[in-house]
Amino acid sequence: MIDLAGLSPAALVASLMVAATPIMLAAIGELVVEKSGVLNLGVEGMMIIGAVCGFVAAVETGSPVVGLCAAIAGGMLLALIFAVLTQVLLSNQVATGLALTLFGLGLAAMMGQSYAGIKPPPTPRLDVPVLSDLPGLGPILFSHDGVLYLSIAVVFGVWLFLRQSRAGLVLRATGENHDAAHALGYKVVRIRIAAILFGGAMAGLGGAYLSLIRVPQWTEGMTAGAGWIALAIVVFAAWKPWRILIGAYLFGGVTMLQLNLQAIGVGIGVAYLSMAPYIVTILVLVIMSADRRRASLNAPACLGRAFHAST
Amino acid sequence: MTTLLDVRGMTKAYPGVLACDGIAFDIREGEIHALLGENGAGKSTLVKMIYGLVRPDSGEMRLGGTLFAPPEPRAALADGVAMVFQHFSLFEALTVAENIALGMDDPPNAATLVKRIRDVSTSYGLAVDPDRIVGDLSAGERQRVEIVRCLLQSPRILIMDEPTSVLTPQEVALLFRTLKTLAAEGTSILYISHKLEEIRILCDRATILRNGQVVATCIPAGETARSLAAMMVGSGLAVPEKHRAKPGETLLEISGLSMRSMSPFGTRLKDITFSLRAGEVLGIAGVAGNGQDELLLALSGEERSPPGTIMLASRDVGPLGPSARRYLGLLAAPEQRLGHAAAPDMSLSENALITAAVRRRLVRRGWSGLIDWPATDRYAHEVITAFDVRTPGVTNAAKSLSGGNLQKFVIGREILQDPRVLVVNQPTWGVDAAAAAAIRIALIELAEQGTGVLVISQDLDELMEISDSFSVIAGGRLTAPQPTRGATVEDIGLLMGSTGASDAAA
Amino acid sequence: MLRLEPRPEPSRRMLALTPFAAVLLTMLAGGFLFASLGTNPLDAIRVFFWDPLFDSTVASYTRPQLLVKAAPLIIIALGLSFGFRAGIWNIGAEGQFIMGAIVGGSAGLAVYPAEGVWVFPMMVAAGALGGLLWAMIPAILKIRFNANEILVSLMLVYVAFNILAGLVTGRLRDPDGFNWPESRNFQAYPSAHNAELFAGTGVHVGVIVMAVLVLLCHLVLRNHIFGFHVRLAGQSRQAARFAGINPHVLTALCLGLSGAFAGLAGLFELAGPAGKLSTNFPLGYGFTAIIVAFLGRLHPIGILLAGLLMALTYIGGELAQFMLNVPAAAVQVFQGMLLFFLLAVDFLVNYRIRVRLRPPEDTGAAPGTETRGDTVNGPGPGKSGEEPA
Repeated sequence: MIDLAGLSPAALVASLMVAATPIMLAAIGELVVEKSGVLNLGVEGMMIIGAVCGFVAAVETGSPVVGLCAAIAGGMLLALIFAVLTQVLLSNQVATGLALTLFGLGLAAMMGQSYAGIKPPPTPRLDVPVLSDLPGLGPILFSHDGVLYLSIAVVFGVWLFLRQSRAGLVLRATGENHDAAHALGYKVVRIRIAAILFGGAMAGLGGAYLSLIRVPQWTEGMTAGAGWIALAIVVFAAWKPWRILIGAYLFGGVTMLQLNLQAIGVGIGVAYLSMAPYIVTILVLVIMSADRRRASLNAPACLGRAFHAST
Repeated sequence: MTTLLDVRGMTKAYPGVLACDGIAFDIREGEIHALLGENGAGKSTLVKMIYGLVRPDSGEMRLGGTLFAPPEPRAALADGVAMVFQHFSLFEALTVAENIALGMDDPPNAATLVKRIRDVSTSYGLAVDPDRIVGDLSAGERQRVEIVRCLLQSPRILIMDEPTSVLTPQEVALLFRTLKTLAAEGTSILYISHKLEEIRILCDRATILRNGQVVATCIPAGETARSLAAMMVGSGLAVPEKHRAKPGETLLEISGLSMRSMSPFGTRLKDITFSLRAGEVLGIAGVAGNGQDELLLALSGEERSPPGTIMLASRDVGPLGPSARRYLGLLAAPEQRLGHAAAPDMSLSENALITAAVRRRLVRRGWSGLIDWPATDRYAHEVITAFDVRTPGVTNAAKSLSGGNLQKFVIGREILQDPRVLVVNQPTWGVDAAAAAAIRIALIELAEQGTGVLVISQDLDELMEISDSFSVIAGGRLTAPQPTRGATVEDIGLLMGSTGASDAAA
Repeated sequence: MLRLEPRPEPSRRMLALTPFAAVLLTMLAGGFLFASLGTNPLDAIRVFFWDPLFDSTVASYTRPQLLVKAAPLIIIALGLSFGFRAGIWNIGAEGQFIMGAIVGGSAGLAVYPAEGVWVFPMMVAAGALGGLLWAMIPAILKIRFNANEILVSLMLVYVAFNILAGLVTGRLRDPDGFNWPESRNFQAYPSAHNAELFAGTGVHVGVIVMAVLVLLCHLVLRNHIFGFHVRLAGQSRQAARFAGINPHVLTALCLGLSGAFAGLAGLFELAGPAGKLSTNFPLGYGFTAIIVAFLGRLHPIGILLAGLLMALTYIGGELAQFMLNVPAAAVQVFQGMLLFFLLAVDFLVNYRIRVRLRPPEDTGAAPGTETRGDTVNGPGPGKSGEEPA
């Protein structure tokens, strides 16, 4: 029999929110990118660059805030390469995204090699006044670091932006039909570059959340596919921001459950339990994609297609 | 009337082609001015320069007396020049109101916008529902959305690029009424078309372009269609000799074919029934987006259909794929040339192989599956010679050919395979007049040799010219075929309207 | 003012020249990178690209390594190239490489210590099958449920790695070892050992298979209808359907083929240079092969050259690590940069740069675009204009 008593639900919920945050940040960034009609498969690369930049900057300055800013800058810098290649030089988006990931993994390993095993400066918790003192729910929901709240705010902000603002409407229009957007005088390339940079910033921040807050440590390849899972969550969410929240928390839950099961020892090998998040990702993709018509209705119509003004 | 837009010496060159060569003309206030010319005459390039999409190499424009050189469409719009595109610049997944808001510089809030859309649509008879998703609208409705979008900007000049090509004759009449109201209120309209009759009915003056130059300016009401055509084309064209059909045995029999479309905003085919006999040319008329593409996919075998719905010479081909159908003699040429009928970056030889592999035995038999490239080259060459395809050779990429030449290649590739039944969709869309005539003649000759030919086309004149009988597709339904002889364009138009094009997206 | 202008035809000359330009640019940027690390860039370039082949002290050891490292990269890249051409993106070759090694290795261990000429061929077959079956998972999920093969195949890399980790601490652990998490060493099992065939050359059976596959793939791509279908599907899905190609069959063939090739490479690596299964077994060949495939222009001969070059960077990287104290990850950075530069210069194949003296950008259309629908998607090594889903 599995001893489930070892699992405390309160701790599990609190920790799943932490586990979900990096993926949520990266996924909401990628959602904006894809809404503009661009498929950036380099999320994993941007995340790990964010993780290493944030870690190095935080250790060197002793300030986690500087670290987080450096992570955002690092993610955006890598995203800029992608933007120039795909939007200006019209390279294939799939290949360029892959290149971004391969390059990012290598560069991060090189940058971080002398930082392994160091502890970063701690990021202070942000107890929400009054609410964090609530019995039961308080410590679970309202006693986290600021980035976690920020990530939820970003999801809400993106939802508001896409639904209510004119800029959001233009962004969606660009992703639906770039030729028409161009004919109406919108700067397709500029809009897309901006979206790609936002995606890079969010992925970088998500990466730094891993290395500075969640783990907190730097190890080579520490994102371990989180960027790819973020891409899958965008599909899961059917390109709707609030569903990113659900998707990320679902994966956070699976991850934490799996880790907790490992901790209490359920008689399944550690290696096999570690597969769980990846297998769940595959299952979710299968379920969400099965209805081809619906899947193609949800996806931005120009997703992944190169735009050149001479059409 | 005072001159509103004065265009002088507009020139634009592209590698190898002088698209516009010193074009000069003027538009007066409240005038409906036609820009007439065949495909490739430079009409589109010219209006793109007026609308700020293309920058001229030289020349200047004056709008209301002041120099007008829009660097981008936004600037043109701000100066009062609006354009309704031939291929609508709409966003299918967005609502009508969102689409209209995107076309405005400074849109009001949602509620006000909806009210203004309703106001404009009632005062000009342009029925549109602001809350509907554009992807669900028919072509006519979409055009109304575009026009409303332009009108909300209170333009001084409204450019209409081939507006009637997607409309039923009844919708055309409605559009003309709207345009005349607008002109009477003082809005100038630049009306681009190659359809002579409608220009004679609608336009006050016409500027005629040929090979990038202005060849004449006239008052179309004082001209005949024939004289306008002579100015537009310059030289006489071969007109296909219409043959008298001696229909043979039934080759293709479609009964009760119903299929849902695989594309999100496609049209569902509903109970399609007709038959095609040897030597017969059957025309299918209809406004774009009413099931033509889906019908072609069903007939070519790209979409499989239920058993018993498609019989080729009494043999059930419904469950068979394209290759098996080709083997049995059912060939097709889809509407979209690049990317469907032909692969853009592949050579003409390789493009010949796409459909001719089976019937011309271009792949060695048995298990080896090796391609006979010399034979493939020979076949491509045969097509090029027989159909006068202008290209340096069989190794050139398909995308390097002009629209007309590529279409001749695509149709020729099927005809030289000696089909029993040939299905073509929009065979002369966007093709220059000479190539169009050659294609029509080839289709008629093919029928005379005993092939059953099915021509799906939006061009009613074309169908009147070459088909023995016709039916109309609307909303995924097909009317019963009737003989072309004695029918008029208006008869077909009535059929197109009555079948209910509004449920096109069901 | 510079602007891109589409070429009427893709330039064959640029297609062949741009990879070399990319290599040169990478060397240049790599030089800067090394300079920033405090290494003399010229030294670094020499150690990376010259010494492994020609230095009198190390070349006798490093030269054979070239083929040892290149063979798996080339075999995997050959398999991937078909899918990449057709727009079917298997990026989980690393997982198929691992599963090929696990299945093929298990087959060998199952009959241990039986000797016989049949042992090794059986392992090879099992290895290819293992990779093939692993690749059929994304294929089936794509065909049946429309699940994105990029994400599924990649997720399966992590799953495969965890299976490997589970097995080497479990059922496949060497019973005669000291409880290390690793399998028996195949180098000590004569019938299963993929040994060097000619001393001092690095040539093992895998290298010979690689050479045969290069020629075979070349033939298929050029003269076989399957190769034609692959190329056609990459240009346009719709044209491919029109030609009578069943997209499901093509997906299964491309993924299956690349999986089988990766599995083969995994087995050859396991039974030869690596020797045993452990969590250190995967070296990232499955990912580097993606770069090899693109750098080789998805063309078999190009892949052969690109594979050799990439193997050189591995060996040169090890040498640089040892001689110049350059970090190990520099190789990966180098390889990533190579792909970036290739993609960056790639536009020259389909576009040409036009210098305009007048500043404002032009958004004009070429004449003849009055026809509709004649739009062409962007360029790229895969030539796969991704079609809207």
